[in-house]
Amino acid sequence: MIYEGKQKIWSEYQKEIPDDHYFYVRSCIRQSFFPASEATFLDITRNALGKDIFETEHHTTCGGIAYHSDTIPQETVMTIIARQFALMAKHGYENYVCSCITSFGLYCETMETWREYPELEAKIRENLWRSCKLEFAKPKFLVHASDLIYKYRNLIAAQAVRKLVNVHTGEPLKVVEHIGCHYSKMFPSKGVGGAEYPYVLVGMIEAWGGEIVDYPERRHCCGFGFRQYFIKGNRGYSLSNTHKKFESMEPFKPDLIITNCPGCPYFLDRWQYVIAESTGKTYGQDGHGIPALTYEEVAGLVMGYDPWDLGLQTHQVGVEPLLDKMGVEYDPAKKYLGMNGKDLGAPAPCSCLK
Amino acid sequence: MKNNILIIGGGPAGLEASAQLQRMGYNVILIERSAKLGGHLAQWDRLFPDRVPADEVLGGLLRATEGVKCFTDTDIRAINRLDKSYNVRLTNGITVLSDAVLVASGFDLFNAVRKEEYGYGIYNQVMTNADLEAYFKTGEDKRIENPRKIGFVHCVGSRDEKSGCRSCSKVCCATAVKQAIEMKQAFPQAEVFCFYMDLRLFGRHYEDLYLEAQKEYGVRFIRGRVAEVSENYDGTLLVKAEDTVASKPLKITLDLLVLMAGMRPSASVKELGEHLGMMVEEDGYFAVRSGIAAGQRSPQPGIFLAGAATGPKTLPETLADARAAAMEIDRYLTEIFPDAKNYKQLVKERW
Repeated sequence: MIYEGKQKIWSEYQKEIPDDHYFYVRSCIRQSFFPASEATFLDITRNALGKDIFETEHHTTCGGIAYHSDTIPQETVMTIIARQFALMAKHGYENYVCSCITSFGLYCETMETWREYPELEAKIRENLWRSCKLEFAKPKFLVHASDLIYKYRNLIAAQAVRKLVNVHTGEPLKVVEHIGCHYSKMFPSKGVGGAEYPYVLVGMIEAWGGEIVDYPERRHCCGFGFRQYFIKGNRGYSLSNTHKKFESMEPFKPDLIITNCPGCPYFLDRWQYVIAESTGKTYGQDGHGIPALTYEEVAGLVMGYDPWDLGLQTHQVGVEPLLDKMGVEYDPAKKYLGMNGKDLGAPAPCSCLK
Repeated sequence: MKNNILIIGGGPAGLEASAQLQRMGYNVILIERSAKLGGHLAQWDRLFPDRVPADEVLGGLLRATEGVKCFTDTDIRAINRLDKSYNVRLTNGITVLSDAVLVASGFDLFNAVRKEEYGYGIYNQVMTNADLEAYFKTGEDKRIENPRKIGFVHCVGSRDEKSGCRSCSKVCCATAVKQAIEMKQAFPQAEVFCFYMDLRLFGRHYEDLYLEAQKEYGVRFIRGRVAEVSENYDGTLLVKAEDTVASKPLKITLDLLVLMAGMRPSASVKELGEHLGMMVEEDGYFAVRSGIAAGQRSPQPGIFLAGAATGPKTLPETLADARAAAMEIDRYLTEIFPDAKNYKQLVKERW
């Protein structure tokens, strides 16, 4: 591996990310999968870094899941997106940050389509006014939430209480990064670092003391291809994708997987359980799995958040070996306590995956 | 008085045209922007289809130019059209009054880094056709240590709309076949694979070379493009491609991958075009007066073109093009300067 070669490519794919004042839109599914990630993003950006990140309860889904499942006309999904943008302008913002990679890809695709076909943009403008009585607007800057954490990575490092380092050996943790396909594969110039060697997560890991693992199936889909998973008969493809990735990364012995997409951490996490239960194979040390975390969760860990406040107990793969390596203090008894201290009950143990 | 002719470019086309024009009795001034004459030929080891040493061919070209005024490390600073001639100021401080100008600016090799998915400059075991020729010349390259599986990727930066290189480079298919054979000769135990779109082996003996590669050396030709390259834990390469004949995706582990970087217009075309007021076509090569009837004449009076300045060419085509350009220049100068002391005048005077 020639690191300087990657640096050269990274230098060619840098996007402008404004420092402050964003309109934030959440993801439909992340709040179910990893509910604390978005709260952590807002807490870090607003409270730890003092940034102006505005959100409104009036925003909706972007329509991306329906769009990629072919169950919604393109003009309808574009009008939904136009409404999101109009809400941004209505609240006095021109920088738009979204939590979801599917949304980010769809916003990029929509804006490119409007640029290419102005008559379609005019039609959506009219649709928006007729349906919502809102003025059409487009963001001046469109970024993904991971772009912002990338932008703030050194500020976060400055406030970090620990690094991505094994406290027992002093060695940097080996981290696999996995980018959502819709982050930059459709529009390489819209992602930090491009499509082939994305830098957005690599930059975070480098800033926080970890070591990146580049393995052969790095570019491969996590298994959450819409048609692979939404169609029940295709789910074997989803599992085989994930299996392929783990088989490929196994020799590198990663300590952690960091992701920036709603689906990727979910599938890279849950399918490890399925692989373990169906084949007996595990990919972490001593029968454990490899934790697959969101970038907000990783940022929260280095900044000293309590792992259970970060929602790490919602992962299928146990995070305790990672916490032990990082020297994170945690109370095992509090792992399954709800917000009011109520015992939510521990899930039944797996037969293979520790 | 002899006519002055300025030749821009000291590659095979410029050298051949210089030799021809000097023999015709003209006063030839050859400029080359790099430090050495020979162009890409000077970097190559052996040439397809007969695998003759490139040094031998280049040596012959250089010997034939003895007496030509050559300036290396020299470029054009400014050029002005006079009544019938051009006043050319060179970067070495010399000014030349030239009655004709021949542009033989050659080509650049496609920068394989731009095909990011192939990992050139990222993964240690990925190299280009030019790197491999350098290895053949010197016997040294730390990437080559008894490779057991070697792949060649055709059409890297040619016939590729995505990287803005639509045209076929003409030479890469035959070069890949030649290099595949040479690698088999160097490493008989190695398995060699060529990934191609079409095999464009149009020249005389090229097909024989292709058959030789298959029959005598067991080189395997896979019709399909490489999708991506990555690095395994042990430093070998994992290559994903498609076998369009078998209608199957394939994944293969290789010790070495050679990218056949195609011909691109020389970086000097833009600057030269501005200096000389010459049109550049959409593909980045100079426009000619007529692609069929006047392929060596530019639309500008007294400015001629030869070699890869007007598009990808094989070496024999380049040399033939240079000779044709010399003839065109001679015809032009005879018309414009009927009293000039070229070889025809000398012959007339002698008889």
